[in-house]
Amino acid sequence: MSDPIQFTCPLPLAVGDRIVLGHGSGGRLSAELLRDVFLPFFHSPILNRLDDQAVFEFRGARLAFTTDSFVVKPLFFRGGDIGSLAVHGTVNDLAMGGATPLYLSAGFILEEGLEIETLRRVAESMGRAADDIPVEIVTGDTKVVEKGSGDGVFINTTGIGLVPEGVRLSPALVRPGDLVLLSGPIGDHGIAILAEREGIEFSTLLDSDSAPLHGLVAAMLAVSLDIRAMRDPTRGGLSSALNEIASRAGVGITIEESAIPVREEVRGACEMLGLDPLYVANEGKLVAFVAPHAAESVLAAMRRHPQGRDAVLIGAVTDTHPELVLLRTPFGTTRIVDMLPGDQLPRIC
Amino acid sequence: MKYLDEYRDPALARRLVAEIRRSVTRPWVLMEICGGQTHTLVKYGIEELLGSQIELVHGPGCPVCVTPLEIVDKAIAIASIPEVIFVSYGDMLRVPGSHSDLFRVKAAGGDVRIAYSPMDALRLARENPQRPVVFFAVGFETTAPANSTAVWQAKREGLRNFSMLVSHVLVPPAIRLLLEQSANRVQGFIAPGHVCTVMGYEEYEELARRYKVPFVVGGFEPLDLLEAILLLVRQLEEGRAQVENQYVRSVSRGGNEAARRRMMEVFEVVDRNWRGIGPIAQSGYRLRPEYAAFDAEKIFGVETISAPEPPECISALVLQGLKKPVDCPMFGTRCTPATPMGAPMVSSEGACAAYYQYRRHAAPPGAQT
Amino acid sequence: MCLAIPGQIVEAQEINGMRFATVRFGGVTRQACLDFVPEAQCGDYVIVHVGFAISLVDAEEAERTYRLLEEMEALEEEPGAPEAELGKDGG
Repeated sequence: MSDPIQFTCPLPLAVGDRIVLGHGSGGRLSAELLRDVFLPFFHSPILNRLDDQAVFEFRGARLAFTTDSFVVKPLFFRGGDIGSLAVHGTVNDLAMGGATPLYLSAGFILEEGLEIETLRRVAESMGRAADDIPVEIVTGDTKVVEKGSGDGVFINTTGIGLVPEGVRLSPALVRPGDLVLLSGPIGDHGIAILAEREGIEFSTLLDSDSAPLHGLVAAMLAVSLDIRAMRDPTRGGLSSALNEIASRAGVGITIEESAIPVREEVRGACEMLGLDPLYVANEGKLVAFVAPHAAESVLAAMRRHPQGRDAVLIGAVTDTHPELVLLRTPFGTTRIVDMLPGDQLPRIC
Repeated sequence: MKYLDEYRDPALARRLVAEIRRSVTRPWVLMEICGGQTHTLVKYGIEELLGSQIELVHGPGCPVCVTPLEIVDKAIAIASIPEVIFVSYGDMLRVPGSHSDLFRVKAAGGDVRIAYSPMDALRLARENPQRPVVFFAVGFETTAPANSTAVWQAKREGLRNFSMLVSHVLVPPAIRLLLEQSANRVQGFIAPGHVCTVMGYEEYEELARRYKVPFVVGGFEPLDLLEAILLLVRQLEEGRAQVENQYVRSVSRGGNEAARRRMMEVFEVVDRNWRGIGPIAQSGYRLRPEYAAFDAEKIFGVETISAPEPPECISALVLQGLKKPVDCPMFGTRCTPATPMGAPMVSSEGACAAYYQYRRHAAPPGAQT
Repeated sequence: MCLAIPGQIVEAQEINGMRFATVRFGGVTRQACLDFVPEAQCGDYVIVHVGFAISLVDAEEAERTYRLLEEMEALEEEPGAPEAELGKDGG
């Protein structure tokens, strides 16, 4: 007698022919877009390194050069706004290459109908953020698109910085045995933004952690040049940053779940929405890969600095599972920390 | 966080694991039904702790996985209508329909929005009186009271532009079907703690009696699941087949009457197609005739959309616990979270996605390490 | 269906003829509907699913069973009790 159940499955979808939001989330889709759409046409060995910044030699100096775009909604949030975010984010891209920021550019795409007062607030915030570093915004551009084509303000920046003599940071340098340091609690920025997202709103006193990291980086490099690489875990969270390094360096990484600091507000929001803090964006944190003998002194230096007060050792680089990031749970078991295809979605299940 | 952290205590987990191992004298096959329980089991690597005598199979407990293909197609059709604001829980956005998914509809210009609660969809309807707002009301019994409240309130307020596309499924009929299969290997069940919070667990008593299989209503934290597994193992070792409640802090035998009252005012039981399994009698909810004005299927004329589901992948067998994701020839190759073939790979609770994301580096449970 | 977490009622109010509460989850708060737990008061813990409280946490029951779990631990601590090591497959 045959069983009454019919076995079924949908036909596979053709690979998508349109850009979806997931392509911008810093996960696997983003990586594939880069690999399949851009790299084939942009012929550059520097680009192929796919670091946060491009470092090149020019007349005896090593310059770092980066670009970034900011599309955050809402424009103003606890702990910052699109303007300060743009300045910090660009400076941080440079800092991950060890560079001191020299100059920034700022290009604005404005939506028709945007209140000028809003733009003034953004500009003021950018100016203040830049002065605090200090870095000069030396050139820019403004375009306006029709109403409905943008979210009020999009900002694109470029940054130029100077890499000091003797400093060389690159994922390619990461090797088994290196230790992984994290500068502070994860998930603040993503949750602060989500709190104001329509349909999901919740109340919190949590601020985005948006902050410039060049000072912290300089303090770390001052105690040791045996730092192999650094990454700021922005979109895609700590998971993306670690996976990118693992993949670029061809190494495995193991991290301890109980070592990773998460603020209570971030925990509460993540539990409620079914999110994993490992995938939530940060805008004022870094993860550093350090030679084992230097880890203690680098960690101490981080903790002496205001941006690194809660710095911790979270894991190590291994050769036993190349290109995989594994996490050890408080129960002693392990699971993979994978790149998500796109954005993490709140769930009910 | 209170009532969460305590149930994640590693020291107590160790004790429970020790006790389970001590109690086991032969292999047992257990199933947890709820996707959230699967999530916890996989996230904490609990199978790794239990040893090879206990095999955990992941049942059809994720509404994403079991939402029929045709419902997803209906959702896509409605969401593609220009003035519609289509509101959905996050889980559903990536579930593949016959030709597309809600994310792609959004990419093509559809106004698709994510909500945490059905009340958010209601609010959107109030704020946009000129536009039809459609809420994608999916879920098991747990979500039915909330979903029903949205439309109940909409009716009270006379909110003309609000409607729901309903696809609810019920757990006990699916378990019954599983137990009827000659190939069924599952010997004990962890019943879904939040479904039972609403429904109570009386329905499982008849199943336990008839099929001589033990049920333990389990919570969602690691200690809850370990304790539930211990209670199941003890029953099996002692030859008992009863319904026990581990999740006492939330579940009572009678469940939540107020929630059920609201639900049954709005919904009635109906036959449903389960993706990957097929039709199961009396296993779903639909809106009662009194709420026809809020039924998106009727309003947007999508009642006749049907989608035959050609047999290809083994998600049905996985959902029933007859196979593991790693047994599937397409697992991790043609079928991955980025290129899902079926819903169990899309949903983060789906067995396939859970395996792929967290455990593909480990040997399948039961193998000697 | 699953994702529901415990939170503490901070304050309750009535909106549109329905009973709502501000519920705290760790460091964040959100509104939840209390229609299904009419007996819940400020300070109580409720289990919340998609913005609706579906049960009132039975604090006594929770206490009692948690204590049972902890006592099980104490028993295991006695000399001679075998201990399973987490992470090792002993089958």
